[in-house]
Amino acid sequence: MNPAMFFALIGVGLFCLGLFSLIINSHLLRKILAINIMGSGVFLVLVALAKRAENMPADPVPHAMVITGIVVAISATALALTLMLRVASETGHATLVDEAEK
Amino acid sequence: MLLTCNIQQCAMQLDEPVYCANTGNSMNRKLFLIILLLPLLLTLAAGLGYAVLSLPEQPQYLPELVIDNMHESGVSHPVTAVLLNFRGYDTLLEMVVLLLALLAVWSLDITASRNKTRHKSAPGLVLDTLTRLLTPVLILVTAYLLWVGAHAPGGAFQAGSVLAASGVLLLLAGWRISDKLTAFPLRIILIAGPSMFIIISVLTMLFEGHLLKYPVAQAGLFIVILETLATLSIGATLAALFIGVRPKESNKGRQHE
Repeated sequence: MNPAMFFALIGVGLFCLGLFSLIINSHLLRKILAINIMGSGVFLVLVALAKRAENMPADPVPHAMVITGIVVAISATALALTLMLRVASETGHATLVDEAEK
Repeated sequence: MLLTCNIQQCAMQLDEPVYCANTGNSMNRKLFLIILLLPLLLTLAAGLGYAVLSLPEQPQYLPELVIDNMHESGVSHPVTAVLLNFRGYDTLLEMVVLLLALLAVWSLDITASRNKTRHKSAPGLVLDTLTRLLTPVLILVTAYLLWVGAHAPGGAFQAGSVLAASGVLLLLAGWRISDKLTAFPLRIILIAGPSMFIIISVLTMLFEGHLLKYPVAQAGLFIVILETLATLSIGATLAALFIGVRPKESNKGRQHE
């Protein structure tokens, strides 16, 4: 197993960890953080897999995708946080409540 | 920073129990969910891990395609060539996504939800001096990153992020831009990148027949123009996203970097 594969597997692990946290936690801030961790996992997979073979130059296409992806992830996070604040101001708490449970 | 204050309030609720009538029942339900979820997620992790491990030893086709066409790209760094030339279409859409996110944040208008007054205090001597020293340096780093993108890691997105960071630093230190500049000039800067992308797309469609297919001789020039405006737009958009409140056109305006 070369370093690229190691980091790619770490990325897969981060993705699954984030998905777990996204499903389990009900607080919206935790959900937003979880989505960000999932995104970081995907970026790590892409960056690691770009240079799989030691003697080859890195594949520039995944790198370009990650660069734009990071900036888009920042803006999506900002939008999500704003939505969360709106939910918090409307309902008084930053969680999504299951209507059926009430 | 208004955003940050409110987010801190929300973060304080993190450890409060979930809004639910019977907490004991919800704990049981959560435990059940975890037990149900773990095998599913482990299966997913195993599947994804297998997919990663079973990839061919070397990436096929795309790297060769990029390297073979580098002489036509107008720059010598492959990532920049992919971003601004070969896959310029993607970057155009990314710029539009950024703008769209900002418009959505602005239209949500979280000013209404603000119930606590913000602490207003002058920054300390150290913060004030450091900000004054760092801002020119950060702008210089922005320019360097923008320029070096042609032949080394760097480019519009990195430079724009650094520019946004300097804007955020200024905002946190309490520096404000005058209302006159946030009304119309700010919006011009925000749309400069995407609109230049669209203008160049239309021009290349008309003269070259393909979207964002630059003439080989002028490719470098096109990329520099696009990257410069994209850097300004990205920096301004990210800083404006950090504030999270639409600047008022008239009096009592908020600010950007």
